[in-house]
Amino acid sequence: MTAVLETEHLSLQFGGVNALSDLSIQIEAGSLHAIIGPNGAGKTSFFNCLTGYYKPTSGAVRFRGSEVTGLDAAKVAGLGIRRTFQNIRVFPKMSVLENVLAGGHLRATANLFSITVASPGFRRNERQLRSEAMSSLEFVGLADQWNNLAGDLPYGMRKRMELARVLIADPVVVLLDEPAAGVSSVEREELSRVIQRIHAQGTCVIMIEHDVDLVMEIATEVTVLDNGRIIASGLPQDVRNNPDVIRAYMGRKRK
Amino acid sequence: MAMVETVSRGRAKLDGFRAMRGGLVLAVVVLGALIPQMTQNQYYLGVAFQAEMLMCLALGLNIVVGYAGMLDLGFAAFFAIGAYTTGILSTKEHWSILASIAPGVVIAVVCALIIGFPTLRLRSDYLAVVTLGFGEIIQTIAINLNQTGGPTGIYAIPALTLGSVVVTSNTGYYYVFFVLVIVFALFSTRLRGSRLGRAWLCIREDEDAAKAMGINTNHYKLYAYVFGAVLGSITGSLYAPALTAISPASFGFSESLLIVMAVAIGGLGSIWGVMFGAAVVEIFPEVFRSFAQARLLVFGVLLVILMVVRPRGLFPERAFQGMATRVRRRLGRAAVGPGPSAGHVVLTVPTEES
Repeated sequence: MTAVLETEHLSLQFGGVNALSDLSIQIEAGSLHAIIGPNGAGKTSFFNCLTGYYKPTSGAVRFRGSEVTGLDAAKVAGLGIRRTFQNIRVFPKMSVLENVLAGGHLRATANLFSITVASPGFRRNERQLRSEAMSSLEFVGLADQWNNLAGDLPYGMRKRMELARVLIADPVVVLLDEPAAGVSSVEREELSRVIQRIHAQGTCVIMIEHDVDLVMEIATEVTVLDNGRIIASGLPQDVRNNPDVIRAYMGRKRK
Repeated sequence: MAMVETVSRGRAKLDGFRAMRGGLVLAVVVLGALIPQMTQNQYYLGVAFQAEMLMCLALGLNIVVGYAGMLDLGFAAFFAIGAYTTGILSTKEHWSILASIAPGVVIAVVCALIIGFPTLRLRSDYLAVVTLGFGEIIQTIAINLNQTGGPTGIYAIPALTLGSVVVTSNTGYYYVFFVLVIVFALFSTRLRGSRLGRAWLCIREDEDAAKAMGINTNHYKLYAYVFGAVLGSITGSLYAPALTAISPASFGFSESLLIVMAVAIGGLGSIWGVMFGAAVVEIFPEVFRSFAQARLLVFGVLLVILMVVRPRGLFPERAFQGMATRVRRRLGRAAVGPGPSAGHVVLTVPTEES
């Protein structure tokens, strides 16, 4: 078992608040690792530390054995760690296709000169990217939306477009922040299928999700956070019956 | 396969759109080229030439404001740098006008890097203040330096020579700037259809999400600022011989504001839009001369109305695609089907030509 992404004693403080304390997680290559936990448990903060949006107060993040702690978000993305956002972040006034092409930014190689003269190399590169973007859109079932403005898409489709935007980059690790939040049951099925297909391609998927049924259905491993700490980790069925997990969820509910 | 079908349907629409756009471009270019043949009135030609110059500046600023979404309130500074470099080199060092464009560009780029590097990580409002300050600094330098001729500026700037042709008339400069507008518009179009243009738009739309695409946002913001500076400086270098005299008064905040206005009125990021916006900003105050003292008031009121009625500008991005779709539908050639979502304008694919 090799860890593709791991954290060691990761802590994050905002003023006096401990958002994350001493978090050590190993994400196995090829796993579909779900991160669950009550609201405010630090799940999104954890994602932000992994992807360079927050700099952890202490501790380390390692990707394929080399340290990536505190790297700039763009650099982290360049390494093949791609994410989606909890409150979807599309580029609303660009077309769906262009949004996906933006995801392939680092694969567009033309220099200024070849762009200016529209050299054959530049055209070839763009054509190649466009056809890959169309394949990504087809993968998530949005090929027929390619020419609409991203801002005009309904919620569920935007979520899928975000996935296509991640996929065109051919990522090593995909981090999904609540992929199924707020979508209809039909869309939920669709998203679940797409996520499983991404996983089936051998891509490591880490996903924050509140929908426990979905997690039990597709995750290969589950980590439960509460108050910035890991309270349980393991196979879905084991975690489900863990008394600490039940207390974290049910305890809150009773109040 | 569904996808192939969708794509070929898209292609069919795209071909129609391209043909229509090509025809439109040709019509505008021909019309533009014929204007000096239609009138010998020097006043009209002067206004037309000023409008072209503002188009060039607006196309430059469009990269900064329209594409990358950074509000730059001191763009006239780069215009001044080009004009003064050419003015000084041609009168004192007897350089040819064309040769003086390059050093102007170099100085503009250096200034853009010096100002941009530490400040471009700022977001909107702060950036606007910094660029405003930069514009004021350049103007103040021009007023106070001996080499720039102080408040009177530089005069007796020699004419532009292209090979054996000496350009002296309004008509001559009209054509010079006509070519420049075309070159800048083409350049902007190419940038828009490349990774540079996409990265800029991503930054404009959502800077944090842009980072998740692997876009180094600080670098790309700097590129946009530098490209804007280059276009501004080239325009300045050709403006100096056209007017034969330059003074600091032409490069103040009001000039910067005029350029921002041209971009905003036309439509941020839309090449047709900003060119049209520049024409409006230049020509309308002239048209309203009959209102005498009140002309700027009338102009101002019109601007307010315009921004209320069309907040995204006269020709926002994708406006022409929308027009093409509507026209085709009206002509009953909607055989290609209403498209994925009939209500919305369809048809931009970032192609290398678009």
